[in-house]
Amino acid sequence: MSGVRERLTSRAFSLTAVVIAVLWTTPTLGLLLSSFRPEQEIKTTGWWTMLGSPHLTLDNYGEVVSGGGNGSGRLAEYFVNSVVITVPSVLFPLVLAFFAAYALAWIDFRGRDALVVGIFALQVVPLQMALAPLLKLFSQGWLFLPAWNPTGPARFGHVWFAHTVFALPFAVFLLHNFLAGLPRDLIEAARVDGASHRTLLLRIVLPLARPALVTFAIIQFVWVWNDLLVALTLSGGTADTAPMTVRLAELAGTRGDEWQRLTAGAFVSALVPILVFLSLQRHLARGLLAGSVKG
Amino acid sequence: MPFDVVAQQFKLAYLLQALAVFAAVVGLVLLALHRGPARRRGAAFLLIAPALLLLTVGLLLPGLHTLALSFTDGGGSWAGLDNYRWMFTDPEALIALRNTLIWVVLVPLLVTAVGLLYAAAVVRSRFRALALSLVLLPMAISFVGAGLVWRFVYAYRPAEAEQIGLLNQLVLAFGGEPRQWLVDSPWNVLFLIVAMVWAQAGFAAVLLAGAIRAVPDELVEAALLDGASPRQVFWRITIPSIRPTLLVVVLAEAIGTLKAFDIVRTMTAGRFETGVIAQEMYDQAFRYGETGRGAALAVLLFVLVTPVVACQVRARRRAA
Repeated sequence: MSGVRERLTSRAFSLTAVVIAVLWTTPTLGLLLSSFRPEQEIKTTGWWTMLGSPHLTLDNYGEVVSGGGNGSGRLAEYFVNSVVITVPSVLFPLVLAFFAAYALAWIDFRGRDALVVGIFALQVVPLQMALAPLLKLFSQGWLFLPAWNPTGPARFGHVWFAHTVFALPFAVFLLHNFLAGLPRDLIEAARVDGASHRTLLLRIVLPLARPALVTFAIIQFVWVWNDLLVALTLSGGTADTAPMTVRLAELAGTRGDEWQRLTAGAFVSALVPILVFLSLQRHLARGLLAGSVKG
Repeated sequence: MPFDVVAQQFKLAYLLQALAVFAAVVGLVLLALHRGPARRRGAAFLLIAPALLLLTVGLLLPGLHTLALSFTDGGGSWAGLDNYRWMFTDPEALIALRNTLIWVVLVPLLVTAVGLLYAAAVVRSRFRALALSLVLLPMAISFVGAGLVWRFVYAYRPAEAEQIGLLNQLVLAFGGEPRQWLVDSPWNVLFLIVAMVWAQAGFAAVLLAGAIRAVPDELVEAALLDGASPRQVFWRITIPSIRPTLLVVVLAEAIGTLKAFDIVRTMTAGRFETGVIAQEMYDQAFRYGETGRGAALAVLLFVLVTPVVACQVRARRRAA
């Protein structure tokens, strides 16, 4: 009796899993298949009909990545922007937070605990709180700070600055938690041997901190690459500096029925994160847990 | 305009420049650190100062500035509590508040429920890794991408034309009429929420699967030997054991949901009474030039998020 019930339960469980998996993948599959269909067919027939008469084409990708027309995606340029935005936006907070976290965890000085609490507490400030004043600061300057309103590629600086600042409280929190947990004996032994802070930082703490650094890098990469709000507010919105998310959102707004571009565009912009997810799968669960504080 | 190679070279050159400057600064800090072990305090200052400076200029002062702005009319004149009064009386703002409330109740609930069910179902399967990757994929696609995926599912064509949206095709197949899912209020709010749940469930599933796997086997086996049914094991052993992680997931979803912006912006841009606080804040501050109102909404967001983040930091410590 109990055996039957057990089998029923586990069968119901498997069925649930299959239903969820199908529900979760079908919408993406529909978009993916559609991205390979000719424009005329995407707009007039459902993607499920292509199973009967498949006409596949790469035209949509060609058009959305490097097409000539005004309404084409020109995503190639925005892709470069996404890369240029993301690399420093991951690297800068990573290094700065690592330095700060090391000092806060392993150097005794007065006011240290208050500083730790203060920086941690900044995690509650949503980036929405800072956006409008930041925009003003950049365009007009503020108090003793001069305006910083460059043209051309230097505008990337605004976005780097914002992403770096917004990431710091969480990054310091994450790395401090990790570094404070390192064995005290190890650090003390190195100090007794007369090691400088640089030696400690680079030779002893850095190799041990690798997992935490990788975790932060993954979270921050996904966050920055997929960010829309900061990019929309600070990146200027043109092919000069705006990332792919901005372009996609723009296409969705102005050309919401041009599915041949939107479908292909969605996958072009997801390509790099998917590769990262697949190649770093081992670190992912820990990264997600650590990142659950970041909003 | 075709792909402009020269412009891209400028961008990359600027990127390399910035990286070089940053490397130089880091190098200087490290060089200064090398001056013997004794100067501890100086070292601490050197290491913390850059982060502290950035936080002050980029987050602390702007945050306070926003707080001050929320009591002005955006042009700089004092407006007292006008913006907050507006927030709780203006019909559009009230709809954004109502929708945010619906979002923040439903999204964490549904995401956690689906994630838990899925995690429990696949955790002992041979295909666990693959199964989890499938539901995690939407996270890689981004919220903007998720918005597009679901707009395509909801796509509408008049009844006489052939449907291209999956949902309307299914409705037709069951004898119904095609509908404009994203236009008809108030149900359109739920259709946006579906997109959010879809994008987030994988996050919950991965975390909960990890927690379920950490439940000691002996505990489960002992219960089964004592004659407990799998259902009893699930409710009496698995759920209590993973409660800290469940809490982390619910709170993380609540924080993310309060700040939800991309999905609404991509799918409806807040039209058809689908606005939420974060998107309304963006519109007021950056589209309508109502800096004061935008600031007040940002402050509201801060007030709502603060207790959740505080709980989260404590819950995480217990889950980790």
